Amino acid sequence: MAKKRGRGVAAVNYPTGMNLGGDPTQALVHSTPTGGIMVTLSSVDLGQGLRQIIAQICAETMGVPTDAVTIDTADTDTGPHCMGTFASRGTHRVGNAVIQAAQEARQVMLEVAAEELEADPVDLETDGVGNIHVKGASNRNISIFDTALAAHFKHGRSISGRGMFLVPRSYPETETGAMKPSTCYAHACTVAEVEVDDETGEVAVLSIKNVFEIGRALNPKMVEQQLVGGSWMGISHALYETTEPYYPKRDHGGRDYNEYLMPGPGDLAETEIAVLERPSGDGPYGAKGPGEMCANPQIPAVANAIFDAVGVRIDTLPITPERILRALKQREAA
Amino acid sequence: MKLSKSYFADERDDDLVEVGQSRQRSDIRGHVTGKTAYFGDRTFPGLLHLKMVRSPHHHARIKRIDTSEAEKHPGVARIVTANDVPHNLYTILILIQVGPEDEHVLAVDKVRWKGEAVVAVLADTARAAEEAAAKVKVDYEVLDPVLSIEDALNPGAPIVNEHHGRNYYLYDSGECRKVRFGNVEEGFASADHILEETYQSGPIEHAPLETSGCIVAPEANGRFTCYTNTQAMFFTLDNASIILQMPGHKLHMVGGTVGGGFGGKVDVTIEPIAILAAKLTGRPVSFIYSREEEMQVSSPRAAEKLVIKDGVMNDGRIVARQVTAYIDAGAYSRHSPYGAQKSAAHFPGPYTIPNVSVDSYCVYTNRTPSSAMRGFGVTIGDFALEVQMDKLARKIGMDPLEFRFINAYRDGDMKAHRQLTEGAALIECMQEVSIIADWPVDERFMAMSSRTREN
Amino acid sequence: MAKVPVQFTLNGSERAEFVESGATLLTTLRDRMGDTSPKGGCHQGTCGACTVMVDGELRLSCLTLAETCEGADVRTTAGLANGEVLTPVQRAFEDAFAAQCGFCTPGMIMAATALLERNPKPDRAEVIEAISGNVCRCTGYEPIIRAVLSAARANSTSAA
Repeated sequence: MAKKRGRGVAAVNYPTGMNLGGDPTQALVHSTPTGGIMVTLSSVDLGQGLRQIIAQICAETMGVPTDAVTIDTADTDTGPHCMGTFASRGTHRVGNAVIQAAQEARQVMLEVAAEELEADPVDLETDGVGNIHVKGASNRNISIFDTALAAHFKHGRSISGRGMFLVPRSYPETETGAMKPSTCYAHACTVAEVEVDDETGEVAVLSIKNVFEIGRALNPKMVEQQLVGGSWMGISHALYETTEPYYPKRDHGGRDYNEYLMPGPGDLAETEIAVLERPSGDGPYGAKGPGEMCANPQIPAVANAIFDAVGVRIDTLPITPERILRALKQREAA
Repeated sequence: MKLSKSYFADERDDDLVEVGQSRQRSDIRGHVTGKTAYFGDRTFPGLLHLKMVRSPHHHARIKRIDTSEAEKHPGVARIVTANDVPHNLYTILILIQVGPEDEHVLAVDKVRWKGEAVVAVLADTARAAEEAAAKVKVDYEVLDPVLSIEDALNPGAPIVNEHHGRNYYLYDSGECRKVRFGNVEEGFASADHILEETYQSGPIEHAPLETSGCIVAPEANGRFTCYTNTQAMFFTLDNASIILQMPGHKLHMVGGTVGGGFGGKVDVTIEPIAILAAKLTGRPVSFIYSREEEMQVSSPRAAEKLVIKDGVMNDGRIVARQVTAYIDAGAYSRHSPYGAQKSAAHFPGPYTIPNVSVDSYCVYTNRTPSSAMRGFGVTIGDFALEVQMDKLARKIGMDPLEFRFINAYRDGDMKAHRQLTEGAALIECMQEVSIIADWPVDERFMAMSSRTREN
Repeated sequence: MAKVPVQFTLNGSERAEFVESGATLLTTLRDRMGDTSPKGGCHQGTCGACTVMVDGELRLSCLTLAETCEGADVRTTAGLANGEVLTPVQRAFEDAFAAQCGFCTPGMIMAATALLERNPKPDRAEVIEAISGNVCRCTGYEPIIRAVLSAARANSTSAA
């Protein structure tokens, strides 16, 4: 009886957005009289930080600081339609809709600034900190604050834009399954190192090393949050989680956090994350949706590591100590 | 976290100002001071609490429902039954033309899973609602349940859901979503080795800290404001509009700040009945799942069974892959026909294989309806695929990481569902893993690129 | 139902309410006193989201009867910051990006605050023990552990 170590690898990809497309999102962007940029949506923030990411995307497109952008979302009286936050679609779909809306709003903003500066809009650029100037002549400038005031009270212009993003729906061919499930895919590869106690069947995940390719890290710290949390959930799925541990028997289903198992803060694997960026052709600034993918590769990596450690295959999730012990016993008997 | 900028550097503009910055989350101050407002943080005078009476059986005929004792319970304002629901038979994806309608908001004639909603009780306090719910008498005639994928697909199995008439979802492609590419039989015939393995999983719960729920306030102008933690505002509004036969402009959904979702808050089992209750009583109504309801009644990730048969050559090339996937939808469709479709589209994984055949079934059983969860249609498939890859590598005596390099898809490769691969990056992920996990592979693999093939 | 008077100090202010006999501290704080910083994630003492401090001790407010807090000093996350000035624990949670959906955060912050009050220089194991009654489903816990350790370091620096 001993604690045995092993390691395993797994590699995956994951589609961004609702499968087969057909999942629209709209956005509206407008400026207040003093140049505050409002983004109106009906999209939902589940905790991944959609508001912040969308604010950064809008700021980048408008050429304003992120702080100047306010996100007003998830009120169906004011926000235009969004299909919802699921299928790794939030950043990709909402981001694209907001870019389109912000481009339209920026165009009006530059037109107004051009009139004020007696210049051509195509010759103007934003400095990213709240001003617009003639390219190459930063002294010919106007603040966005003054531009917005002028638009409202002098020119009668609405600095605003509408955005819509829709991946056209694909209909699978019935006999071949020819279809377009997604426009871009995120990728991952994970190596797990485990220690298996062959007396108790308990598994400790010693380390988990994840590489994620996510298109573009729009906010590195925030994507790290999601990737670290996802990696934890992947390990949890591999070893602990199920509402029915003896499926298809319905007994012993967990009804609360005492009975439904998951790793606690004392059961954490040493976690390492590396992020690669291959910008997607149709993503907002190249982003893909990593929110779901990041919880997938740990499961097979842990399963493969367990085999590497003790030489038994558990092909049923979750890989509980009971299942490992039964497999070890069966092998002994054979 | 390490941001490895060396890969694909020529495909990336690095002149962005706001994007790419680790700016602080705009919601963080609210989180650390306890000021972030979730739907349940609102209080309303005269609030009613909704408690659902649920089926204790996996499968039973409802003979009689007697609410008379419950109605007399102190504090009870109203009992809602199936007769009160204008369009009681619904299915969520009808909005995108995925039918048929197959689920009752409140059960009629039969219950098809343990936990199915039968009668809603509204009372002044949560305690009174619970006590009254215990006094609702439902006489059941217990029927044989179908609890496993195998039992469901047995010829002669009892029909779980009459609205389908069979224990699987009927796609336009027949009993399953199919993908056919090349010729798997020829591929198997030419293979040096064949490996066929079966993988399974139990249902998995999202278990968000904040349980699913909503509070509905009737407004003076005849509209209803629904404060909700749904993941999809208009999905909920549009389905509520259909179920309640109420024009959408009467409904106002407010949400967007959710205490964890993970896919668990995309069903519409909560808002429509709560709005109806607010309409029937003229009072604000709170319907919030208890922790036990969240864990055992809300849709879990489906249990799945996958059979993978591969043909592999001694040099490491996979020449044929056949996948049969069974997704246990439970008693009703919810999002499962979509999930089984997504599963079919995912195989054979991120590998280029010349001969592929996929059959993906959405199977009905007398179990808690499953639905979306983080990785919907893919997570369990990836478990199966990647354990299978490990077994194949070991079978031919090859390093499991090198084996994946040999088969990894590259730009320009035709996928089984007949899309050209673009934007691939699996090889680079594996190269980076090789470095950070100290898992050396032959230098020819480190020289590979997702953008081209060698030679 | 019979109402009973309860009176205690909430984040430094004297509060008095009539509540139903048997009402929990959680529902009293949230529904009667307007302090929604403690969250109800399970109402059975298994998630920790409702964690508050009563007379300096951590309590699960969903399992604590309001009547038992008569005359007590009750503290919640809503009362930690001094205006715009956050406590070291709150600051550390921000700096470490230690919250996502935020629903567990007030409970985590109370658990961490209580730990640092009784043990200003905890090691990693002590931090883990201190938050082990609080469930988080988003973060994987590591950022939270790091935040608490960093708050402890900030404490010892400012004391020095």
